[in-house]
Amino acid sequence: MKIFKILGVTLLSMGMAISLSCAKKPAPQQVVKIGALFSVTGPASFLGAPEAKTVQMLVDQINMAGGVKGAKLEAVIKDTKGDPENAISFAKQLIEEEKVFAIIGPSTSGETMKIKNLCEEAKVLLVSCAAAEVIVNPLAKYVFKVPQKDSQAAIKIFETMKKMGISKIGVVSSNTGFGNAGKEQLEKLAPENSITILISEVYDKTATDLTGVLAKLKSKKVQAVVNWSIEPAQAIVAKNMKQLKMGVPLFQSHGFGNIRYVKEAGEAGEGIIFPCGRLLVADLLPADHPQKSVLTKYKTDYEAKYQEDVSTFGGHAYDALMVLVKSMETAGLDKEQVRMALENLKGFAGTGGVFNFSADDHNGLGLDAFEMLTVKDGKFALLEQK
Amino acid sequence: MLEQTVQYILSGLTIGSIYAIAAIGYNIIYNATGIINFAQGEFIMVGAMTAITLSAFLPLPLAILFAVIITALLGALIEICCIRWLDRPSVLRMIIITIGLSILIREAALHIWDEKVRSLRFFTGNEVSSVSVFGAHISPQVLWVLGICALIVVLLNVFFKYTLTGRSIRACSSDKMAASLCGINTRNMVTLSFMLSGAIGALAGCVISPITQTQYDCGTHLAIKGFAVAVFGGLGNSMAAVAAGLIVGLLETFSITVMPLAYTDAISIAILLLVLFFRPSGLFGNREAGRLKEF
Repeated sequence: MKIFKILGVTLLSMGMAISLSCAKKPAPQQVVKIGALFSVTGPASFLGAPEAKTVQMLVDQINMAGGVKGAKLEAVIKDTKGDPENAISFAKQLIEEEKVFAIIGPSTSGETMKIKNLCEEAKVLLVSCAAAEVIVNPLAKYVFKVPQKDSQAAIKIFETMKKMGISKIGVVSSNTGFGNAGKEQLEKLAPENSITILISEVYDKTATDLTGVLAKLKSKKVQAVVNWSIEPAQAIVAKNMKQLKMGVPLFQSHGFGNIRYVKEAGEAGEGIIFPCGRLLVADLLPADHPQKSVLTKYKTDYEAKYQEDVSTFGGHAYDALMVLVKSMETAGLDKEQVRMALENLKGFAGTGGVFNFSADDHNGLGLDAFEMLTVKDGKFALLEQK
Repeated sequence: MLEQTVQYILSGLTIGSIYAIAAIGYNIIYNATGIINFAQGEFIMVGAMTAITLSAFLPLPLAILFAVIITALLGALIEICCIRWLDRPSVLRMIIITIGLSILIREAALHIWDEKVRSLRFFTGNEVSSVSVFGAHISPQVLWVLGICALIVVLLNVFFKYTLTGRSIRACSSDKMAASLCGINTRNMVTLSFMLSGAIGALAGCVISPITQTQYDCGTHLAIKGFAVAVFGGLGNSMAAVAAGLIVGLLETFSITVMPLAYTDAISIAILLLVLFFRPSGLFGNREAGRLKEF
């Protein structure tokens, strides 16, 4: 009988403890965990480092302003080092152990593709910061991405070429996921834009000199060169073309959106043309542009806090987090509702452009998200089109 | 047609000169100790990075001079800390130590500098200047690389053949026991060879930096190609290393004319393998001497 007594007392005290603890916190502050997978170190660190810094800065700002729907945000940032294997194990950890509300990142396309199905099966929202088109095409219900598409960058380049009267081009790209995806899009879209690719070559991402392959391009009498990579080789291509006196314009991908490469290319960088989001030319936009206020605020906040130049990649993290927060504000804190709200988010001005998501477009950006930029006196400038 | 052929030759010389200057450094430590220093690529990187940092507030020649001295001291430090106290180490053990050191130096460089790419400014002219030869073009920096290659090779030959210290280093390599019986301080000779190797690596790094650009992990790639070229030419012979470097560069460039760029590495490595099958001592190596070596 004694044992029942003890059990009864224990149960009673436990019940009291629970009711007491409830009474102590009448409205417990809810915490919403947002998982983030970025390659903060490793070869893709120039993507992941500004992304992680941006997310940390924004979460602090949002919490200072009272959080989202009364709940505080908590960023759980994991460093994948650019390795898809790490991305998989961290994604599992975030979903199963941390029970995160949603995941933003990873930084690179390869990593995103590895965890696409994982998130889809676990029904966890994934807002990727990587560029490749395959992330949202074929469509997965829970997978979104915020950077502009490769295909749109290629179309923008071709349109500019047509205006300049260029029809025969040479393509060089690096042997990385980004380079291959871009090469594929260029080759697919060239015929319908009446552009002929005379020669397309792939170089190693550690290439130290490319005069040999550029001499081959020169002998084919190309009217312009397109280089598609994210590596420092972007500056080497520019230098080598000038050293060979090729005298044709150089187009680069949106991977050139980093002032570091302009500094690296020096005088050889002048006149490079590339498509890019508007973050790098925020100062040059007219005051009534829908993105103007967003861009200048993010740029000044980031540069004041971290004392380094803002890059488009940090901007992707801004967009990923903010579309999520925006959807949570409209739909509350239910995962399914937020997914629906994100799919219906329209007219949201981010750093990458004005987002209009829909049930069959999980990227939400149009061709107008890109601006054609050029390099003038060692700085980015809007390309003046005749 | 002539213009194009000349252009490919010049491009081949550009790549070849980079391989050649990276390869020379291997030979010195090999000559003194019979081992391959796999941290050689990191000497190149450290030299270039130091010079870039110093060039912000020093004139270019002084910045390079200090970078060479600092890297030479790093070479000495490595030898004193990690190699000197080993009692008759096996070749394999030494190789693994140098591989470990290369990883250590690379990670340290990532923390001292950062992951960003940078480069030393061009010695003459700038990014866009080029010299014309028969209507083809080459960056003046390549001429600097070739010139410094030649200078290093000549000086090394004089040093190893005609100075007492140089001959002592070679004696250590041939027979350590006999050398020390002759009164040569073999340990100091090894330290000296690491310093020399560091200095040459640093100089190589500085002179190629405007062309190749430098970042914390660029040493690995240069080290692999440099090592391949050193073996190709025949280990221990600096002149052969330069010749082999230029041959590989020209081969790679001419392979571009007939097939896609993506295959160049495969071609140069295939040729390297063929040479090693039929002439294990390298293109210019001495077969007899090759057989006497431990490695």
